[in-house]
Amino acid sequence: MSARGGFASGGKKIKIKINGKEINCLPDQTILEVALKNGIYIPSLCYHSDFKPKANCRVCVVEVKGEKKLSMSCKRKVEPEMDIRTDTPRVKKTRNLNIELIFAEHIGKCPTCVWNVNCKLLKLAEKYKIETNRFSDRKKNRKTYKFANAVEIDGTQCIDCRNCIDACSVMQNINYLELKGKGSEQEIVPVKNKKIDCIYCGQCAVHCPVGAAQEQTQWEIVEKELTNKKKIVVAQFAPSIRVSIGEEFNLGYGEIATGQVIAGLKKLGFTHIFDVNFGADITTLVEAEELLERLKNKGVMPMMTSCCPAWVKYVEFYHPELIPNLTTSRSPHIHSAGIIKTYWADKMKIKPSDIVIVSVMPCTAKKFEATRSELKIKGNNPVDYVITTREFAYLLKKNQIDFANLKDVKADNPLGQYSGAAAIYGGSGGVMESALRSAHAMACGSKKTGVCRDKIDFKEVRGLSDVKEAVVDVGDKKLRVAVVNGIGNIEPIIKNLNKYDYIEVMACPGGCIGGGGQPIPTTDEIRAKRIAALYKLDKSKKLRKAHDNPAVKESLSWLKKQGKLEHKVLHTKYKKRK
Amino acid sequence: MNIIEKIKKAGLVGRGGACFPTADKWSAVAKNLARNNKKKSYIVCNAAEGEPGVKKDGYIIENFSEQVIDGIKIGLNFFKAEKAYIYINHKYYKKYKRQLTKAIGKAPIEFFIKPVNSGYIGGEEGSILNAIEGKRIEPRLRPPFPTEKGLWGNPTLVNNVETFYNISLVNAGKFEAKRFYTVNGDCLHAGVFCLADNLKINEILKETNNYPNFSFFVQVGGDMSGEVLNSKQLEGLASGSGSITVYSSKKYKPYNLIKNWLDFFLNESCGQCTPCREGTYRLAEVLKSPDIDWQLVVELLDNLDETAICGLGCVISVPIRSYVNNVLSKEGDNWPKMKPKEACECFK
Repeated sequence: MSARGGFASGGKKIKIKINGKEINCLPDQTILEVALKNGIYIPSLCYHSDFKPKANCRVCVVEVKGEKKLSMSCKRKVEPEMDIRTDTPRVKKTRNLNIELIFAEHIGKCPTCVWNVNCKLLKLAEKYKIETNRFSDRKKNRKTYKFANAVEIDGTQCIDCRNCIDACSVMQNINYLELKGKGSEQEIVPVKNKKIDCIYCGQCAVHCPVGAAQEQTQWEIVEKELTNKKKIVVAQFAPSIRVSIGEEFNLGYGEIATGQVIAGLKKLGFTHIFDVNFGADITTLVEAEELLERLKNKGVMPMMTSCCPAWVKYVEFYHPELIPNLTTSRSPHIHSAGIIKTYWADKMKIKPSDIVIVSVMPCTAKKFEATRSELKIKGNNPVDYVITTREFAYLLKKNQIDFANLKDVKADNPLGQYSGAAAIYGGSGGVMESALRSAHAMACGSKKTGVCRDKIDFKEVRGLSDVKEAVVDVGDKKLRVAVVNGIGNIEPIIKNLNKYDYIEVMACPGGCIGGGGQPIPTTDEIRAKRIAALYKLDKSKKLRKAHDNPAVKESLSWLKKQGKLEHKVLHTKYKKRK
Repeated sequence: MNIIEKIKKAGLVGRGGACFPTADKWSAVAKNLARNNKKKSYIVCNAAEGEPGVKKDGYIIENFSEQVIDGIKIGLNFFKAEKAYIYINHKYYKKYKRQLTKAIGKAPIEFFIKPVNSGYIGGEEGSILNAIEGKRIEPRLRPPFPTEKGLWGNPTLVNNVETFYNISLVNAGKFEAKRFYTVNGDCLHAGVFCLADNLKINEILKETNNYPNFSFFVQVGGDMSGEVLNSKQLEGLASGSGSITVYSSKKYKPYNLIKNWLDFFLNESCGQCTPCREGTYRLAEVLKSPDIDWQLVVELLDNLDETAICGLGCVISVPIRSYVNNVLSKEGDNWPKMKPKEACECFK
């Protein structure tokens, strides 16, 4: 994306020194970028590699030998023979005072704040032993702005770094947030424009260095439900969780922790744990079938994915004329929840209304999706609560569960089986690739020759590029497909819809693994590592295609015998929103 | 000799307060244009004159509109610039638009009226560029400087009214080593005076019949950002934007002066950076307490000097430090609400 910090251009390396250590580096990088690459720690708050440096927190300050003024390492580019120090008395004095001043925009909530287990600002205050009682909490009377039940901006915590505005305006191009007022009065507020609305993607939250822009939490009510003896409280977790949660427990990036996720959920008190990957296989099937049906009967084209609720909100509000293009398929966790409250409930002889389903998602928009009334099955919402990856990590830490050392546990059968095609749902291009694997195989039927030889990999739709385009074989047809990586890149596609047959849109850059509910930080480097783990998981599976999943086949054939219920569980509809 | 060489020979410096060598600024624009021939260039004449106590730009426009516009036209011609903006405060626009429009004629020079609530920071060059571009009115990070990336990413020349006036004179061979001084405050003959640019402050006061016969101190370069000097320190030049404001010692309570300066900056801070947004807030807060922590005041002012983004933040400590060191610590009486000795010690 054009807004994101550039990578060092090719060229001759230069020599610099940081704290006496000699470093060879390419020019056209900032001091902070070079320091980070070389394991040298420089504190920062407003810096994020997704955005151009704003240098407003003034915490990343360094001293350059021979210069009168101090420099901000996030903005200052390296020069040959530069001699940089991050730890002089002058640097310490001003950096610590700025941290103290920022902290005072914010204090008063630490004891009860969800982020006290993982707060960048609190860590800085502890590391540099910042005085926290010289200044009063100046924002204690600020408002909290809530957006549906998904995201909120808590003004009492805001440190004026403006990352949320960069995320919403520059990156996502939604422009829902603005800075109102001047000086110490300034405040992040939603714009007063009736033509603009929040899509709940949560990119503001995943870029906030403190607990200001954040999800509206549901862990509290989930914890309460877990003590409710009258309910069967089960959990299901998204494809993305297993390759991301490890980051919250120092297990590195791209660590596949599926067994530990299940064990952790069991320790929290959920009686049964299901894998949303199973739901993803259903979604793939339903969507592949619909694609083939639209192709055969010249239905509304191009068909567009709908499993991203922020994208669906975007269509419903900004482009309702495209509602017919959205696939009528529900999203994975809604599919699996629907199967749990019908097929599984029937098998286990449990009343559906006695089941409470909690989805663990990398996503904030899913909190909104879960409340959609069109999703109700016999008067019940399939998913009752959604908690984000961060909320899940918080619950584990709050309950002192030693995640890193948990012994692997398997998900409950039969809704724990999944194919590799499901695993890749978490990355941009995953839904597309998954659907194409099945659609192509289904269109070919029993043909196994020519273009109908078995095709698993559709590598052209993978990766972090803004828009990925390809022409692929589905049976004897050539489909023009596009994958939009981040809602900020949608406009040119919408303006050229007739160039495509099938389009996947994920509102969050990187897809769900870069979602608004994911661990912080989320950068391009980290997105790539999480995605790589998903494709590794895919390759490790014997089952690579959704329609080969026996559990899916079994539950869907049961559903076929249930009459109208089948449509209720598998499909949905959308509505124009103001 | 081209105009840059003439400007260099005349030794012109910017008259907006920073005194930056004008030839260097013009050369930077020319260099950046040459580097990238796809770029356009723009000119901005800063007629915001938002510093309290400085009145010379209004005086120059009133009396020498034609020369100011001529200076802008010289820039337009030299750089083949797209257009020039006169960024002017509303009061001056109302008063002088007719005569300025007459002088402009058909040249591509447009008025851009300083937005109503933009305040003091609305006269800072980055804020001006943002205002013209329709963005939030606050300073930009530098580098890049406007000479490289100004309006819409293009090389932009930003010069003060008096600077353009001087350029016109230099071009016509009529430049003399003079500048416009504003004298005001507790004086009998307040006004704008065009005098030799090498006069000392006390000479300026004497020549304009304003040298006080009472105990006084002065503030030079602006009533908010200017340096405060006592009556024995007037052997130097009038720095910055050349204003001299006289303060009768008996008239002002030290606490009120300091509070006035801090309240001004608290209200005018754009809010972008921590040392200024938070610093000015806490400074005002500290000053309200019955037992002022002067050590903390100095810490907050030091922090502004070290890490503020723009000229406003970097200048806040100037009036306060100079007032305490040059005036208060020499007098020491009239100190309600302050512990004179302790306070002055902190500022050393």
